[in-house]
Amino acid sequence: MAGFSYQRLKERGATMSEWGLFRSEEMSLCQLFLQTEAAYACVSELGELGLVQFRDLNPDVNAFQRKFVNEVRRCDEMERKLRYLEKEIKKDGIPMLDTGENPEAPQPREMIDLEATFEKLENELKEVNNNAETLKKNFLELTELKHILQKTQTFFDEEAQYHYVTHQMSEANRDDENAQLLGEDGMQAAGQSLKLGDGTQHVPDGIQQALLTSDEGDQVYKSVFIIFFQGEQLKTRVKKICEGFRATLYPCPETPPERREMKMGVMTRIEDLNTVLAQTQDHRHRVLVAAAKNIRTWFVKVRKIKAIYHTLNWFNLDVTQKCLIAECWVPSADTEAIQLALRRGSERSGSSVSPVLNSIQTREAPPTYNRTNKFTQGFQELVDAYGVASYREMNPAPYTIITFPFLFAVMFGDFGHGALMALMAAWMVWKEKPLGAKKIDNEIASIFFGGRYIILLMGLFSIYTGFIYNDIFSKSVNVLGSSWRNCFTDEEVHHHDAETLLLPPENRTCFYGTPYPFGFDPIWQISSNRVTFQNAFKMKISVLLGVLQMLFGVLLSVFNYRNFKQFSDLVTMFLPQVLFLLCLFGWLCMLCLLKWTMYSAPFEVGSGPEDAEAIRYGTHCAPSLLLIFINMFLLKDMNADAKGTGPGEKYCDGYLFDGQKGFQSFLLFVGVMCIPWMLLAKPILIWRQRRQQPHSELPETNGDVAAPAGGGGGGGHDEEEFSEVCIHQAIHTVEYVLGSVSHTASYLRLWALSLAHSQLSEVLWTMVLVRGLSMTREFWGGIVLYVIFGAWAGLTVSILIVMEGLSAFLHTLRLHWVEFQSKFYKGEGYIFAPFSFEIILREADSED
Amino acid sequence: MCVVALLEEPFRVGHFLPQDLKMPLCGPKCSLCGLIVSVWGIIQLSIMGGLFMWNSIGLIEDLGLEEHYDTTEELYKAADDAYSSIAYNCWIAAAIYLVTLVISMQQFHVNKQAGHFQL
Repeated sequence: MAGFSYQRLKERGATMSEWGLFRSEEMSLCQLFLQTEAAYACVSELGELGLVQFRDLNPDVNAFQRKFVNEVRRCDEMERKLRYLEKEIKKDGIPMLDTGENPEAPQPREMIDLEATFEKLENELKEVNNNAETLKKNFLELTELKHILQKTQTFFDEEAQYHYVTHQMSEANRDDENAQLLGEDGMQAAGQSLKLGDGTQHVPDGIQQALLTSDEGDQVYKSVFIIFFQGEQLKTRVKKICEGFRATLYPCPETPPERREMKMGVMTRIEDLNTVLAQTQDHRHRVLVAAAKNIRTWFVKVRKIKAIYHTLNWFNLDVTQKCLIAECWVPSADTEAIQLALRRGSERSGSSVSPVLNSIQTREAPPTYNRTNKFTQGFQELVDAYGVASYREMNPAPYTIITFPFLFAVMFGDFGHGALMALMAAWMVWKEKPLGAKKIDNEIASIFFGGRYIILLMGLFSIYTGFIYNDIFSKSVNVLGSSWRNCFTDEEVHHHDAETLLLPPENRTCFYGTPYPFGFDPIWQISSNRVTFQNAFKMKISVLLGVLQMLFGVLLSVFNYRNFKQFSDLVTMFLPQVLFLLCLFGWLCMLCLLKWTMYSAPFEVGSGPEDAEAIRYGTHCAPSLLLIFINMFLLKDMNADAKGTGPGEKYCDGYLFDGQKGFQSFLLFVGVMCIPWMLLAKPILIWRQRRQQPHSELPETNGDVAAPAGGGGGGGHDEEEFSEVCIHQAIHTVEYVLGSVSHTASYLRLWALSLAHSQLSEVLWTMVLVRGLSMTREFWGGIVLYVIFGAWAGLTVSILIVMEGLSAFLHTLRLHWVEFQSKFYKGEGYIFAPFSFEIILREADSED
Repeated sequence: MCVVALLEEPFRVGHFLPQDLKMPLCGPKCSLCGLIVSVWGIIQLSIMGGLFMWNSIGLIEDLGLEEHYDTTEELYKAADDAYSSIAYNCWIAAAIYLVTLVISMQQFHVNKQAGHFQL
């Protein structure tokens, strides 16, 4: 397997060190010499490759003083134009074609072409928009006029009838009439009549249809007024009042034929305007559609150019040799691929001098680079979220791939819920290509999608622990044959007074002697002491798993010490740590295992001396582990108290095996001795080392070298003062010792959450689903069940899978981050952030 | 902004074919949800019905029996009755979920044709 992947990676131009994911990659600091003409093409190639992290060689230079600031500014301008185009395209609802192709960064001379294209498009669009605005305003005015003419027509028709009746009386008023129409928008004074003076009348009438004002685009209702007046003075006064109310005035022709002519004129002009407007919109649409085809590629190209010039700004210009110098972090295994890329770039640009890449020595800490694939990436991100590994430190991620879902499953253990979770994750994995290509807007959904492999494994492991806990939606299944039977006859059941019957395991008609082959026996589901029994098991399992994981963490620190050549730490740090853990907490786990294996329910046992062994290791005499452990620390004898008087009691022993007391005292002694060992060994060693070092760094003070006990240790391999070393060691010791106790107890959350999950599941079944099952015996019980099942399903998904799942996820994460990683992980590194177009484009997309 | 009134096609009285229903009753999320719950319901309720029919002991607490019976025969009879009636209830509910599944599938299909899903 390892050979196969190595081959594949070599073909891809990248090679993996032999440690793979267990340790971060070896990095080297390289200097890159590029000819100025070839620089652009080479950086473009490196961006496509995505394996180089450049360093800013001009950190003090202002952004406006950098070499390529003009090009960056031009790119910004192009991006602005593109965004404007995108906005217009979105406004029209035209879909932007996303072929998913990845165009290469164009040559610098192509940039001018792109700029010209964008400029042209932008100007065209602006012009079209302006024209459309003007046309729309004209259209609005003409529509207003049309409506006004219509209203006046109706008014004058009515007036004509009225005219015939009262023409004698009002004929005098009809001379010299000079009517003006006004359209008034939303006049508040519509109710009151205007006092305009004598000889004026006004007739309000509303235009029923809503008109659009040209500037805001909202609907506005307008009313039409006809004002009749005589004389110039009144005319100016009317005009002023109309202006005050923001009314538009139109002259009204006096005779009907003139009105008709005017109306026809207006109608034709409206027709013409409509055609022109439609054509303008058409043109705009065509321009936008043509732009929409290419806009995605243009965005990609412009962003790539900008990224290249940003990076080029970080380079130093070597004036004498006309070349650019860059410093970059490079994975040592990838230097071949990078050389290839550089050669490609320089060939493309047609330069004669090939670029030079040589590594330089440095004391700086390199970045941490872990090569991951789509499966391991999720787990690596989980680890990195707490702290990025120091350079070349042991990476907790590969173990997390198994321990994380396993610990989650211990807390979640339900076959049904696990199956649902696994199905959901399996769907996401199956559809990962289309889902990955489509940019998910919802942040929570994208988080779930990013962790799809984690969730899949969590679900699969939960199915496994569901089998072990024998829990399917809180019900147990009997697939392998229960080992318990009802051993009571009818009369016994009838004459029994107590509420519950006890099935003794010593009775072979009740218990068959061989336990259920895999998992919990289904009999526990209908027993009343189910929770008590399961609690004991789950608590012990939690402590066992916890101590195992912590021991593994301490063992991993060995690899760290070996790698960083801190061999003394193996003796001063690792050995006391592991002995402390094993002697005290490892012994606790041992006690659990011993009690599980050594004690059983004795079958056909009397109370004579020949059964002493069986009685001692029987159910009656099984000692309490808690008491044993407490008395171990108190150095108290378990058998010191007087024994009970039950049958066979005299054969009981407080200890599991003979000589346990002495053995435990020895373990306690070793464990306690580890504490001063941890505390003192390393400082003593450093002190002796520093004493033996020649004092070469001290200045020329003749002999007046004050060297107090905790004073500065000059000339040592460490820059730390001795007092600092002592304090650090003390902190470390206290942290470890107290941490062991607290972390071991912390692992009991595995039991706690598992209990909570199973109880919640049971509550949901008994309180929700059973109501539907046993509510009625009639046929419509089926319909009730139909409804209630839907409710139960919804509650199961929302409470038990989502809420409990997130909770168990969080607790597992905490167990990994704090309890496991504190044993060996420093996490003080910084992550390798290569110059990669893929990453830059993805970030830019997510900002959109 | 203009408001456009959406006039719905009146249903043809008399014959009502599923293909005529161009406007989906529920949106894409609703039909997907209905699909998933229906499949789950059918599977789980049929299995539960079978378990109740074969007098599974693990489900004995869900029967809703009385606290006290005078004779053993009474208990057995009550248990048997309860088992069989609950089994029938489960299967009836599973059948109703089958109907829901068909409706959900049709709705899902209509929504897919209307272009609401992009997968």
